[in-house]
Amino acid sequence: MNEERITEKLNILADAAKYDVSCSSSGSKRKNENKGLGNASNGICHTYTEDGRCVSLLKILLTNHCIFDCAYCVSRSSNDIKRAAFTVQEVVDLTINFYRRNYIEGLFLSSGIFKDADYTMERLVRVAKKLRTEHKFNGYIHLKSIPGASDELMREAGLYADRLSINLEIPTEAGLKLLAPEKNRQDMIKPMGFLNNEIIQHTEEKQLFKKAPMFAPAGQSTQMIIGATPETDQQVLYTSNYFYKSFNLKRVYYSGYVPVINDNRLPALHTSVPMVRENRLYQADWLMRFYGFKVNEIVDQQNPHLDLDIDPKLSWSLRNLQVFPIDINTADLQLILRVPGIGVQSAQKIVSARKFGRLDWEQLKKIGVALNRAKYFITCNSSKFERRDLTGNAIKQYILAQSQSKYLKNSVTQLNLF
Amino acid sequence: MTTLIYDGTFEGLLTAVFEIYEHRLQHIKIEKGEWLATALFEDVIKVHTDDKRAGRVLQGLQKRLSAGAMQRLYAVHMAGMEGEDINIIGYIRYVIDSVQNVEEDYGNRYVLRLAEMVRMIRREKHRMEAFIRFQKLQDETFYSAIEPDFNILPLLGKHFKNRYTDQKWIIYDMRRNYGLFYNLHAIEFIALDFSTTRPDNVISTYTEDESLYQNLWKNYFHSVNIPARKNTKLHMRHIPKRYWRFLTEKI
Ligand code: SF4
Repeated sequence: MNEERITEKLNILADAAKYDVSCSSSGSKRKNENKGLGNASNGICHTYTEDGRCVSLLKILLTNHCIFDCAYCVSRSSNDIKRAAFTVQEVVDLTINFYRRNYIEGLFLSSGIFKDADYTMERLVRVAKKLRTEHKFNGYIHLKSIPGASDELMREAGLYADRLSINLEIPTEAGLKLLAPEKNRQDMIKPMGFLNNEIIQHTEEKQLFKKAPMFAPAGQSTQMIIGATPETDQQVLYTSNYFYKSFNLKRVYYSGYVPVINDNRLPALHTSVPMVRENRLYQADWLMRFYGFKVNEIVDQQNPHLDLDIDPKLSWSLRNLQVFPIDINTADLQLILRVPGIGVQSAQKIVSARKFGRLDWEQLKKIGVALNRAKYFITCNSSKFERRDLTGNAIKQYILAQSQSKYLKNSVTQLNLF
Repeated sequence: MTTLIYDGTFEGLLTAVFEIYEHRLQHIKIEKGEWLATALFEDVIKVHTDDKRAGRVLQGLQKRLSAGAMQRLYAVHMAGMEGEDINIIGYIRYVIDSVQNVEEDYGNRYVLRLAEMVRMIRREKHRMEAFIRFQKLQDETFYSAIEPDFNILPLLGKHFKNRYTDQKWIIYDMRRNYGLFYNLHAIEFIALDFSTTRPDNVISTYTEDESLYQNLWKNYFHSVNIPARKNTKLHMRHIPKRYWRFLTEKI
């Protein structure tokens, strides 16, 4: 390997890939049963970027040559940048050698579209195939599916990859038309449906025959860019909800738009990345997936945008004060999960612990409940509790005043969940 | 107040518990190590580790705890956290004194403290699984030096053996001066003699491509950063500074 050449390629092709925020390596159960290299199971973050994002996978493009001209993308054909392309073998060597040193959980390979969809997809599949068959690599592989590639290639990709993803990029069809006129939303949705069917079918086979091959065991994900087009949070979250429900997506990623281009269809270059909004969307997404919230409880016609000052669970609680206070010693787990300041782990601990005796404030605090928020919504084994008939707005002000440092400084923090 | 001094082993700790019950002790201190002369003047019991007595306590625990809780208890003791033996004993006594299984009674301070310690150990274990960086030596062994906050090296073996079945590796705890060596078949405990080389710098025995991949990794790390999103506080929370000197990308 020529060190200088490969270093340059890596710099270009990692740089171009970094705007895809997905870096998850969990959800697969690939074991190391062939005395080969690696396994995929636990999803470890091996390091963190200086902006605090998890680095779990070697995330690169095979090439940043692209025939398309999507306005939001650094690799678009009209952009005057350095182009590079890895060979299949180079990607394989990098993956294996990084993996053996415990730098990464595996590979996330994407690509600009050179020539056509099938040609590009075929190369991506070839990398995965080589890793799996020639190198007995059992680490995590995430392949980007190229919209418009043939079913045959998609199927082959699923046999080697742990996860496949097609990025919707823009939450609405109209937005996509504006910024990526060559792209067709149907080309993105169709393969999601195809892959979903294949995954279901293979899972059923696997239940019948243990030896049946795995097919994308970590499922599908997608990404939407937030803030490049003027969608409301309601539109964004309804889109997510639709894709979670219709295609069993494992994750939807929200990527605050980083201005990279001067284009009058896009926010100006100096616009700051909407990181708080992105964080709130992730929190809302968690509420839908782990806290039993329905999308229309989080956003609706009256509240099309998430409150940037407070998290969406607190917002919901303040709009639904009639539900509270609840008694922590008797309420259902589902209801406890809805209390601001109580996360999934604390909620489960409460339900276990109260079997042994009624819990008081001190114990709740020790269990990990954020009382400064929760205290307005619960009662426990104590005669002291919030008796004033406070309005939602008053509670919000109290909480904000108390946790000022956290919330206001939080404006740059990504993904701080409840 | 009675001080019990034991040898630091789990059996020793269980024997100490036996003595606590035997002598009906209420207020105790527990210490590891040798019986110091100064201690002669205090109310001190030197615990002689005794498999039979330890076994009785163990049986009592096994009757009231799930297998998982037993494992956690053992791991917590092995981790060797400063000043926590007294809480471990408190936990054991609470379990033995209770009729039902109390391992989920988080309203109790000892049960909760044990859960917290388990969480700290898990976190440290996960950090090591994440932050270990192997360097390839000339004999094809992948070597890594670590300094975990707690004694968790034995907990790491399974993960790395499952993952790196087809390469020899060493993970060395420099603070406690012992390591795991996987020889392609099984894991051995080893102690290295560092009188001649600095343990965290085995650069002279690297393979040729070691520096290539270290450099590529450093490059990669810098390329994926998005300056417009810079957030040093979050970064530091994820990777506390004390781990940096073992991270290739941070050196
Ligand atoms: S097709 Fe993909 S790589 Fe090409 S310009 Fe559009 S988003 Fe960028």
